[in-house]
Amino acid sequence: MNRFNYLFSSTKGLILTAISLVAIVTGIFNTLSGPMVEWGIRDITVKLLGMDLNPTERAGRIIMLYHTIAMAVVAIEVYMMTSIIPMRKHEQRNINMLITIGYITAMIFGLGFAYWGHNFTFHGLFLVGQSLVFFSGIMLAVAVNPWKKEYYVTDKEFAHFKSGMDMERMAFFIMIVAMLISAGFGAVTGSFWANGHETFLAEDLIRDPHKTHLQKSIIGHLHIMLTLIAVAITLVIGRWLKFKGIFHKIAMPLMIIGTIVIAGGVWSVVWTHMAHTFIYIGSVGVMLSALMLVVFSWKKLIHDNSIELGYEKANIFQKFKALIHDPIKFGPTWQMVFMNFTVSGIGIFMAIKLEQIFRVWPAREERITLTGHWHILAALIATIIIMYYVDIVGLKGKLRKWFGWILIIGSDLAFASMTIYSMKRLFIPQEVAQQKLMNTTMLLADFGLGALLVTLAIFLAWKLFDLFKGDGLWKKEAENSELEVERTSNPVLNIRKENEFNTEGGEK
Amino acid sequence: MKKLIFIFIVIIALASCSEEVIVNSETKIIETGINPNEWVKIPAGTFYYNMHSHEENIENDFEIMITDVTNKQYAKFMNEAVKKGTIKIDADSIIGYHPGDEFNGYLHEWEIQAGEYLLMPFGEAGSHIKLTNGAFKVDKGYDMHPVVMVTWFGAKAYADFYGYRIPTEKEWAKAARGTDKRAYPWGDFINENITNYGSSTNALQRLFGGNIARTTPVGYFNGKKYDNFQTEDNKSPYGLYDMGGNVWQWVGDDYPDVHYRYMRGGSFTNYEYNIVVWARNSAGPDFYNINIGFRCARDIKDTVNTVNVVTDSVAVNTIVTNLKE
Repeated sequence: MNRFNYLFSSTKGLILTAISLVAIVTGIFNTLSGPMVEWGIRDITVKLLGMDLNPTERAGRIIMLYHTIAMAVVAIEVYMMTSIIPMRKHEQRNINMLITIGYITAMIFGLGFAYWGHNFTFHGLFLVGQSLVFFSGIMLAVAVNPWKKEYYVTDKEFAHFKSGMDMERMAFFIMIVAMLISAGFGAVTGSFWANGHETFLAEDLIRDPHKTHLQKSIIGHLHIMLTLIAVAITLVIGRWLKFKGIFHKIAMPLMIIGTIVIAGGVWSVVWTHMAHTFIYIGSVGVMLSALMLVVFSWKKLIHDNSIELGYEKANIFQKFKALIHDPIKFGPTWQMVFMNFTVSGIGIFMAIKLEQIFRVWPAREERITLTGHWHILAALIATIIIMYYVDIVGLKGKLRKWFGWILIIGSDLAFASMTIYSMKRLFIPQEVAQQKLMNTTMLLADFGLGALLVTLAIFLAWKLFDLFKGDGLWKKEAENSELEVERTSNPVLNIRKENEFNTEGGEK
Repeated sequence: MKKLIFIFIVIIALASCSEEVIVNSETKIIETGINPNEWVKIPAGTFYYNMHSHEENIENDFEIMITDVTNKQYAKFMNEAVKKGTIKIDADSIIGYHPGDEFNGYLHEWEIQAGEYLLMPFGEAGSHIKLTNGAFKVDKGYDMHPVVMVTWFGAKAYADFYGYRIPTEKEWAKAARGTDKRAYPWGDFINENITNYGSSTNALQRLFGGNIARTTPVGYFNGKKYDNFQTEDNKSPYGLYDMGGNVWQWVGDDYPDVHYRYMRGGSFTNYEYNIVVWARNSAGPDFYNINIGFRCARDIKDTVNTVNVVTDSVAVNTIVTNLKE
């Protein structure tokens, strides 16, 4: 297998390509806002790349930018799903191919349209790219169909229905279908607006008393898409962390019901104020399910690492040491716990105290808190993906520990600081006295993010360097491309047909 | 790993030592050459409104102040209005009567009943107007800075007292943008030399020293050079200053189904996407902050003197009135 095939057809290579493209896009477009403007870096980027930043088109640019990034993140999750969920090889190949062409087309032409003049061929190709991503989603839903008997659980330790139907597969399926319907909410509305070229940012509508159905659709769309991306990564991480047993059996029904209720709730935002009640109920299910994964994985980490560390009967401190022994495996579930303080908790607090606190503040500050908490959710998901990828490529020893801890501490420091920054009026009501808090939180956020991004850049540079080697690690990854997980079912056992499924890699 | 933890602790310690900004200190007196008592005529007619540039119409000519109301003007108003009894001092605040808003009980709408409401707190950090020996006085150097820490009620009380009004959003937008589709009142670009906004903080800190004044005097960015700082002229097509940046400006509309009042123009704390002519902010009418001020409008019949003013982009036959102080 050559380098091109590795990068564009093997699971591990495809994930690397998508992570690298997101990193490049983030790295470039990050220089266009915030302190980069006053440092003059934005001007250099704009001049160097010949960008066209018309202020009236900023909302449209931002929408296209985060759609291109989101498409790539969805692609990464799909690559992971097509590898860890048993399916036929041709299904995996076709889905991966379609979504790869889709997200790269959307990324190149979307950004081309948004930042380099308005060539409407580019806009058309941006839509083509997104459509391909959508169609790959339909194909994924078909491939993941949980009613196919060959995919019934082969190990009763995994959550299953009485018939043997795999509940985790069902959870994936529900999430995929919900995501397709939710994408439709955005697509229909987006195309309506695109015909009149009237873009808007949902956060600018927060205090409008009368929102149209289409405006509400967009608000619902952005919330549910991010939520479902989080659901997807939770399920993927569960498989990586060998989630099974009683906690798995409790978690999966909660995840299925939670996903259905939360998605239905968000869609109903369009016509009822009661939607929030459904969203809260659904969120409880999804969050409890994630909690089961956290409890399971922490117990397992303590158990496994205690053996590795040679603790026969570990005391509380040794247990804690065992828990955090491998930051790359501890990190994803820790980030899920941390998410409650910076995302879910903030969201719930805002909803409960909306009238008493947040609607008393100027709209622009409420807007910062809102946008802050979903940016943090997106970034936390990104750190979880990176941690899984670092494990996939087999980073070991001290490098693994340094990478893991910088990622965890750097991101948490940054996101905690941003959360405090966005809610500063809560702690210091008088804006005149907020300067010290603002300076401190901004510095900490910059430091945390800087540490994280530099570490990621070094890691990607290493992967790039490796690609230039004739017998680099990339070759081994290409030869053993499937993710090494314990799968919930074994279709080879079920129907006794080999070489048709994506499962031969198996757990190592 | 211990080294990593040590590095984080050092960073946190350094961060918590960051310098606190004091805004109530004196500041240097700056002569901008711009007269805040001048008004300018905005002609009736169509213009492009908001980000999507829908065509809107202003039915009647009106006049608007070329700058925000200054601390000096507001202190003068409070001294006169307290004497006349239209507003009154209540502990460390100034309060005034508001007849109440129409209330429809809509979702998230608060009822604003008839009663006395806060116009401005004068004892709070961030306010540059102090009550000294029974009279309102302005901190040294802040006379020509825009008044801040004023509520929407406070803006309205000022306007009512002199027979003016706060401009509507549409009036404000036309005054800021003129009849073309520009993004900022002065054109389609922004930099630290043309207005006081989030990205000019460094430049202004160099000029004012460590203790940044935060607001700049009204009309400060008019092409004049201050020490080594060369400003560019930020006049709108009709000759208004500071319609983007410096302080948010209350607008007069009381829309149905909401209790909020709206602000336009962005401020020194905001980045460029809040400085564009369609950027909007809102808060309750009793909210005040260090970056919120206002300017007034009035119907054309009240004018006294007229002169012709030629602005940078359009020649406008403009009526300017010099108010007697």
